Amino acid sequence: MELASLTVHKLRELLAKKDISPLDICKSLISSIRLKDSRINAIVYFDEDIIMARARDAEKKDRSNPLWGIPVFIKDNICVKDEPTTCCSKILKGFRPPYNATVIERLLDAGAILMGKTNMDEFAFGSSTETSCYGPTRNPWDLDRIPGGSSGGSAASVSADEAISALGSDTGGSIRQPASLCGVVGLKPTYGRVSRYGLIAFASSLDQIGPITKDVEDAAILLKIISGYDEMDSTSARLDVADYPNLIKRDIHGIRIGVPKEYFIEGMDPDVKNLMSDTIKKLEELGAICEEISLPHTEYAVSVYYLVATAEASSNLARFDGVQYGFRFEGAGSLIDMYKKTRGFGFGDEAKRRIILGTFALSSGYYDAYYLKALKVRTLIKKDFENAFGRYDAIITPTSPTPAFRLGEKIQDPLTMYLSDIFTISANLAGIPGISIPCGFTKDNLPVGLQILGRPFKEEEILRIAWNYEQATEWHKRTPPINKTISQ
Amino acid sequence: MAIDKDTVRYLANLARIELTDVELEYFTGQLGRILDYVNKLNVLDVEHLEPTSHVLEMKNVYREDVVKKSLPVEEVLKNAPDKQGNLFKVKKIIES
Repeated sequence: MELASLTVHKLRELLAKKDISPLDICKSLISSIRLKDSRINAIVYFDEDIIMARARDAEKKDRSNPLWGIPVFIKDNICVKDEPTTCCSKILKGFRPPYNATVIERLLDAGAILMGKTNMDEFAFGSSTETSCYGPTRNPWDLDRIPGGSSGGSAASVSADEAISALGSDTGGSIRQPASLCGVVGLKPTYGRVSRYGLIAFASSLDQIGPITKDVEDAAILLKIISGYDEMDSTSARLDVADYPNLIKRDIHGIRIGVPKEYFIEGMDPDVKNLMSDTIKKLEELGAICEEISLPHTEYAVSVYYLVATAEASSNLARFDGVQYGFRFEGAGSLIDMYKKTRGFGFGDEAKRRIILGTFALSSGYYDAYYLKALKVRTLIKKDFENAFGRYDAIITPTSPTPAFRLGEKIQDPLTMYLSDIFTISANLAGIPGISIPCGFTKDNLPVGLQILGRPFKEEEILRIAWNYEQATEWHKRTPPINKTISQ
Repeated sequence: MAIDKDTVRYLANLARIELTDVELEYFTGQLGRILDYVNKLNVLDVEHLEPTSHVLEMKNVYREDVVKKSLPVEEVLKNAPDKQGNLFKVKKIIES
């Protein structure tokens, strides 16, 4: 039995019985990473000596802490004090933050062992982890395919047993979509549930940090640790944190689930469609009542998102100008020239495209027709969900219309890439929580994800549905071929 | 609307990004296709709707005006490409 393949809750049991030590877990992960990551490229910062020292140091710490000795990988856009944090962008190369993000402080207080940083699309701009300055991550289920994005490194590392668990961030699907394409669990909490302090901002009204894990119970465990009000983030909610791991293990008899007809679009993979039908049947067997509903403004979500998110990004990324941190172009003539050359050389194509698009949406003469209009349509999308949640406890959809696509397939065509987020974007615009869990495999043995959306601050409800479905199925127990070939 | 090279050049200047001629060429085409797509919002009548810039009910968050611990200056300056004393250093911006 490889410890690297186990869940957080299983490892906690073994640690509590003193059958294993934190060092044993870390050694297992290190050997898994050594064997596989040269092919997968999920991890962008990782120091074996530091990890071994942390694992040994854990022996001196309070064993009663909820994550004592549990390793966690961190997406490269979350600040970890004195460790490289680059958003996988050339413009932040060499940056080592002078402080920890609040989620990092909470993980450390809970006894977790920080393992390093995972690969991502540059500044989280992408759906395939191909825009990283460290090169693309590959999908552990098929190395010719992308892992999804932007938290592709986090999802691939958990899938390939290079990580027990990881944190990602989700602005338009960046936790749920890669979790779906890599066959793992990914949870985007309600906007305001988790502090964004120390998350390098992409779109401040949409970003949330959340866990990527091997099963639903692990997602509940991590969510409980990282959630809650933080005075450093004035948009974090002053609400109590529920005891998620203990609230999810109740049946779902009589729970009402809406299935929006707008999510069964042309171009959807037939295997995905069939698996959704099977999933609905399974949920009904478990006592849920599934009914077709309508979210009439769904088709506008991608347009709204690529105006709102890019507008916010163009503003947030103004700080990368070669003055306070990161890369500076040397030899420019004037200060303005230095800014332009630093940003011209430092940002990749997708970052430049989005900054320019966002600048357009906010610029004089276009603001009302684009940015303001998008914010108004956002109101319609939010109302669609409010109406649905008046009658239904949750909404289910496929997480993505297709399984993982091939490397290079969409990278030259930004609009096609943007449309791959079509099912996940609305939840960010409305601020509601969403989870993706494995719900089957295509004929080519590629994982497919089920997305469950819920009412604001009711993560326990979507986790409960997810846990019940998971207990009744075997999908989450499948492991990519690369894991088997190597352990033999 | 169609977006032309002059507009992209103007926006890139506003955003303080230097583009090569090649970038200018293909960004113009790509941004044009993206704008064509987002123009589907024009079919909606949004005149009487309130914009949603933020999903939560937000109020101003106040705190007492008290001195709190902050990062030491040397920590803050540690990542700077260039510095002098307690300051970030850039090229001269005021002509003498």
